[in-house]
Amino acid sequence: MQNSRSAHSQKGIPWWRDERVLRVIGQAIFLAALAFFFYYLARNMLDNLRQLGMSLGLNFLNSTSGFDIGEHLISYDRSSTFLRAFTVGMLNTLMVSIIGIILATILGVIFGVARLSTNFLIQSIARAYIEFLRNIPLLVLLIFLYTGVFIKFPRVKEAIELPGPILISNRGIVFPWGIPTETTVQFFWILAFALLVALAVGFGLSWYGRRTGRTPLAWLWAFVVFCLIVSLGWIALPQPPFTMDPPLVQGLRISGGKSLSPEFLALLLGLAIYTSAFIADVVRAGIQSVSRGQVEAAKSLGFNSFQILRLIVLPQALRVIVPPLTSQYLNLTKNSSLAVAIGYPELFHVSGTVLNQSGRAVEVITLVMAIYLTISLLTSAFMNWYNRRVRLVER
Amino acid sequence: MTDGIASSAQILPPPTERFTLLGWLRRNLFSTWYNALLTVAGLALIYAILKPFLTWLLTEAEWEVIQVNFRLLMLGQYPPEETWRVWTCLYLLAANLGLSWGAWVRRRSVIGVVLLGVPLLLTLYPALAASIRWQLLALDAIGLVAFIVGRRAGIRLRRWLLILWVLYFPLVILLVRGFATPQEIIPIVPTNLWGGLLLTFLLTIVGISFSFPLGILLALGRRSSLPAIRWASITYIEVVRGVPLVTILFMASTMVPLFFSLQDRPDPVLRAMIGITLFSAAYLAEIVRGGLQAIPKGQYEASHALGLSGFHTTIFIVLPQALRLVIPVLMGLFIALFKDTSLVAIIGLLELLGIARSVLAQPQYVGFQREVYLFISLIYWIFSYMMSYISQRVESTLGVGER
Amino acid sequence: MFRKGYTLFVVLAIVALVLAACNNTPAPGEGGETTSQEPVKETVVVKETVIVTVEVPAEAPAATPQVQIEVAQAPGFGETLAAVQARGTLICGVNGQLPGFSFLDPQGAFNGFDVDFCRALAAAIFGDPAKVEFRPTTTQERFTVLQTGEIDVLSRNTTWSLVRDTELGLNFTAVTFYDGQGIMVPVDSGITTLQDLEGGTICVQKGTTTELNLADVMATEGISYTPAVFDDVNATYGAYAEGRCDAATSDKSQLSSVAKGLLPNPEEHVIMDVTLSKEPLGPVVRHGDDQWFDIVKWVIFATFAGEEYGVSSANVDDVRASTENPEIKRFLGLEGDLGLKLGLTNDFAYNVLKLVGNYAEIYDRNLGEATPTFIPRGLNSLYKDGGVLYSPPFR
Repeated sequence: MQNSRSAHSQKGIPWWRDERVLRVIGQAIFLAALAFFFYYLARNMLDNLRQLGMSLGLNFLNSTSGFDIGEHLISYDRSSTFLRAFTVGMLNTLMVSIIGIILATILGVIFGVARLSTNFLIQSIARAYIEFLRNIPLLVLLIFLYTGVFIKFPRVKEAIELPGPILISNRGIVFPWGIPTETTVQFFWILAFALLVALAVGFGLSWYGRRTGRTPLAWLWAFVVFCLIVSLGWIALPQPPFTMDPPLVQGLRISGGKSLSPEFLALLLGLAIYTSAFIADVVRAGIQSVSRGQVEAAKSLGFNSFQILRLIVLPQALRVIVPPLTSQYLNLTKNSSLAVAIGYPELFHVSGTVLNQSGRAVEVITLVMAIYLTISLLTSAFMNWYNRRVRLVER
Repeated sequence: MTDGIASSAQILPPPTERFTLLGWLRRNLFSTWYNALLTVAGLALIYAILKPFLTWLLTEAEWEVIQVNFRLLMLGQYPPEETWRVWTCLYLLAANLGLSWGAWVRRRSVIGVVLLGVPLLLTLYPALAASIRWQLLALDAIGLVAFIVGRRAGIRLRRWLLILWVLYFPLVILLVRGFATPQEIIPIVPTNLWGGLLLTFLLTIVGISFSFPLGILLALGRRSSLPAIRWASITYIEVVRGVPLVTILFMASTMVPLFFSLQDRPDPVLRAMIGITLFSAAYLAEIVRGGLQAIPKGQYEASHALGLSGFHTTIFIVLPQALRLVIPVLMGLFIALFKDTSLVAIIGLLELLGIARSVLAQPQYVGFQREVYLFISLIYWIFSYMMSYISQRVESTLGVGER
Repeated sequence: MFRKGYTLFVVLAIVALVLAACNNTPAPGEGGETTSQEPVKETVVVKETVIVTVEVPAEAPAATPQVQIEVAQAPGFGETLAAVQARGTLICGVNGQLPGFSFLDPQGAFNGFDVDFCRALAAAIFGDPAKVEFRPTTTQERFTVLQTGEIDVLSRNTTWSLVRDTELGLNFTAVTFYDGQGIMVPVDSGITTLQDLEGGTICVQKGTTTELNLADVMATEGISYTPAVFDDVNATYGAYAEGRCDAATSDKSQLSSVAKGLLPNPEEHVIMDVTLSKEPLGPVVRHGDDQWFDIVKWVIFATFAGEEYGVSSANVDDVRASTENPEIKRFLGLEGDLGLKLGLTNDFAYNVLKLVGNYAEIYDRNLGEATPTFIPRGLNSLYKDGGVLYSPPFR
C-alpha cells in the first residue's frame, strides 16, 4: 500500500490530487475558518465592550459583593468578595449533588429491583413511578415540588411535629442536632481510630477471602467493628461529646436544631427522584443483562439467593451499569443548576446575582461553565477509574 | 394426582390454565410470605399517596385558571386570526400519522384508539367553542381516512411516507412563521409572538432536525484521521457535554448580544433554538459514535473491496447501519430534548412553562400553582410517553437495536 | 484508503458549515460599518435642507422624520430613531410578570403602567400606540440587551442609580414612578420595627437593588437575618403568601400592588413604616444616542404636562381646536416646531395624549382605585398637588 502510493507520487500525481497534500490543506482551511470565526466573535465582543465602556478581566472578583446568600457552608456576609460568593455557590452545588447522588442511587436500586419483582403490585408501582418521572421535565417537577408541596406545608405555628422532635413547616424541616462539648475533639480522635481499625479489618478480610477462596462479608464486618468502637468510645468518654439541641417553636420562628430549607429539600428531592427513575432503568437493564443460565447454574451449585445476587449477578451487572450510571451522576450534578428557578443558592443561582451586580456577563458565564466542566471531568475521571476496577473483576 | 397415577391407562386432558381471580392473586401477589408483606405495604403506600391527591383533585382544585388561559397556554400570543395555520399543521399531522399507522402497524391497536379518542374526549369538554369542536372532529376524520388509505396502499406507501415525514417538519415551521413574499396570504408572525405549547413543539422540532446532521458530522469528525478535525470535534463534544444546558441558554441570552453586531444577531427564540441544537448535537454525536464503533471492520473492508470510495462507504454502508443500531437511544435523546425545552423559561421565553408562570402572575390567579403545574406536567407527560411508546413500536417493527 | 473521501467529506462539510456560519458575518459586519457612517452622511444633507419649510401632515407621521433641526451631535446621534422608524416598530423591554406594571392578560396582550409608557413612545413616533413589540426580559439580561441594542428602551421597574448610569452605560430618562423600598409583614406577626425581624427570614427578589439595600440596612442596624432569594415576582410573593418568610421586601409600590393583587388575604398584611431606600423608577436608554434620550424624556414629560394643563385623551381634540394658551398651542404642535427639534412630528404630544393619555390617565388605568393593584399616588402627584412630578417647560 505504502509502496504503491509512493510509486504513484513518483509518477507525478499533480499535487491537487495528492491525498497527503489535500489532507494538510483541508485541515489548514478548517483551522483558518475556525480561527477566523473566533476572531470575529472576539473582535465583536471587544468592540461592543469598548463601546459600552467596559473592560474584560477577573479583577472584579475581589470587590465586595454587597448581597447576602441564604445558605452557606463557609462563613459569608455582604462584605465578602464575589469570589467568596462563587465559592459558596460551588460548595452548595457540590453538597446537593453528592447527597442527591447517594439518595438517587438508593432509590434507583430499590425501584430497579422492584421493577423485576414477581409481585405484580410492587412491579406496577415501580413501573408507574419510573414512567411518570421519566416523562416530565425536571424543571416542572422542581417548581411543582417547591411551590406545590414544600411551601404548602403548615406555617411555623402549626408545624407538624414528628417524634425526635422533627418539625416540619413551610420553613423546611428542622431536626435535633448536636452541640459540641469539651470532649468533642477526643471523640473525633476515637472516630479516626475506629476508621483505621475498620479499614484494617476490611482489607485484611478481603485479602483472606482472595487467598482462601472463601468470601467473608469483609466490609460488613468492618462496618460492625467501626460501630462497635465508636459506641464504646461514646460510652467511655466522661461526658457525651454532643448535647442534644432539639428544635423549638419560638413565636414565629423555630430555634435550635439543624434546619433544611424548603428550597434545598425541593431541589434535593426533585433531583433524587427524577434521577432515580433513570437509574432504576439502568439497574434493571444491568440485572437483565446477566443471563438466566448464570443464575440457574449458581442455584444448582447450591448458592443461596443472596449469594447469587452478591457473587454472580452484581459483579456482572455492574459492568453494564457503571458507564450509564456515570452519565446519570453527571446529569444530576449539571441539573442542580435548575435550582435557579426555585431559589436555592447553588453555583448558577449565585452567578446570576453576581452577573447582575457586576455587569460582567462574559467573565461570569465563562467562569461558571469552567467550574461545571471541571466538576464533570473530575467526576467522569473518578467513575472511569472505578469502571476499570469493575472490569478487572470480570476477568 | 393419585388418580392419574393409579389409572395410567386413563388419558387425562392437559392441565388447563384457567384464569381465576383468586389464583391470579395468589400467584402474583401472595406467593410467599414476604411477597404478601410487600403487597400490603404497597397497598398502604398507594393509599397514602392517592388519598390526599384525589381529595384535592375532587374537592379543592379549581380549573378556571386553565379554562380562561387555555389559548394562552397552547399558542401564547400567536395572533388569533392566524390560528388556522396551527390547525392545518395538526391536520397534516393527523393525515401523516394515519397513513403511517395504516402502512406499518396495519392493526387497530389500543394506542391507535387512544390517539383517536383524545380529540373525541376533548370535544366533550363543555367550555369549548363550537368551531374548535368541529376542528377536533375533523382531525379524527382525517386520521381515520388516512388510516384506511394507508392500509389499502400498504407497503408501497412506506418510502413516500418517510419522505412525507421528513418534509413535514420544515413545512410546519414555514407555515407557522409565514412567508415574506405573498404578504397578504400568510403574513410572517414574528417569533416574539410564538408561545405556549406551540413554541415548545417548534423548539423541539428545530432542535431535532438540526442537531441530527450536526451530530453526525461531529461523530464522523471525532473518528476522523485528520488531527485538527478530530481534536476540534472532541473539544466541542466534551465541553458541551460538561456544562448544563441552562448555562448554554444563559450564554445565548446574555453573551450572544456581545458577540454579534445588531444586524446579524439572531432573535431570542432563534438563539434558544441554536443553543438547544448545539447542546443536543454533542450528545447525539456520542450516540452516533457508539453506533459507528459497533460496525464491524469487515463492512468497511468489503465496501472498499467493491470499489466504493470512502465517501460512499460512509453514506451508503456505515451510516445507515450505525443509525439503525442507535434508533432507541436517539429516541431517548429526542424525548430528553423535548423536556429540556422547558429550560428556555429561565431565559424569559414564553414556552409552555414560561407562559404558565406568566399566567400565574395574573392578579386573579395567584396561588393556583398546583392546578397550572399539574396541567402542564400532564401535557409534557402525554407527549413524552407517546414518543417513547412510538419509538418502542418502531423498534420492534423494524427489528432495530438487535444484531 | 477508504478514509480518503470520507475525511474529505468531513472537512468539506465542516468547512461549509463554518463558512455558512461566517458567511453572514462578514457581510453584516460591513453593513454595520456602513450604517454607522450613514447617519453622518445624512445629517450633512439635512443641514442644507432644513431651510426649506416642510409642511408636516398630521396624518402621516412615519414619513416625516427626515427633517432634522440643527443640533449639536455626538457619534450615535439619531441612530436609534432611524432604526426604529426603518423597522416600523419600537422594541420595548418589559418585565412581563409584574401585576399592575406589566403582565400578559388572558387575551395575550401586554398591559400595565410600564407598558403604557412604551405605547406612549410608539404613539409619539408613529402616531400608533400599537406599533410596539414587547420583549419580556429577565433581571439578568435586561441591561445587556439594552446596551447591545436589542431593545430600544427598557421600561421595566428599574431603579436609577449612579453605577447603572455610568458603569453600565445607561441613561435614565425621567422618573415615571417614585418609589421607596418597604417591608411587608403579616398583621398577626406583631412585627413593627426592623429590630423585630432579628433572626427572621425575608423574601427578596434576585438581582435587584432591593437585595443590596436590604443587606445594607440590616448591616447598619446590626440585625441578622436570612434572605430567601427568588427568581421572579411570582415566586417571591408566592413564597411569602405561604408563610415561607417572616417578611417580604420590595419597592412599596410593588408591595402594595401585591398586597391587593397577589395575596389571597390582602387585609392580613401590612407594610411597615420604614423606608429602606429611595427607588426612582423609569425608562432607560443606552449611552450614545442623545436624540433618543431626549425623545424618551420629553414623551414622558408630555404625559406630565398633559395632566398639568388638564389635557386628557377625552378633551384633547376640543382643547386643540379652541385653546388660546400659547403654551398649550406649542405643546400640542399648533405653534412652533418643538416636535421637529426632537426628530419627531410637531404633534407628537397630541398623539401621546390622544392615543394613550396623560399621566393621570395612565396611572388610574393601571394603579388607580378601580384596579386590583391600587397604589395611592403619594409622591407621584403633580408638584401642584404635593407630589414631585414636574415637567420642564415646553418651549
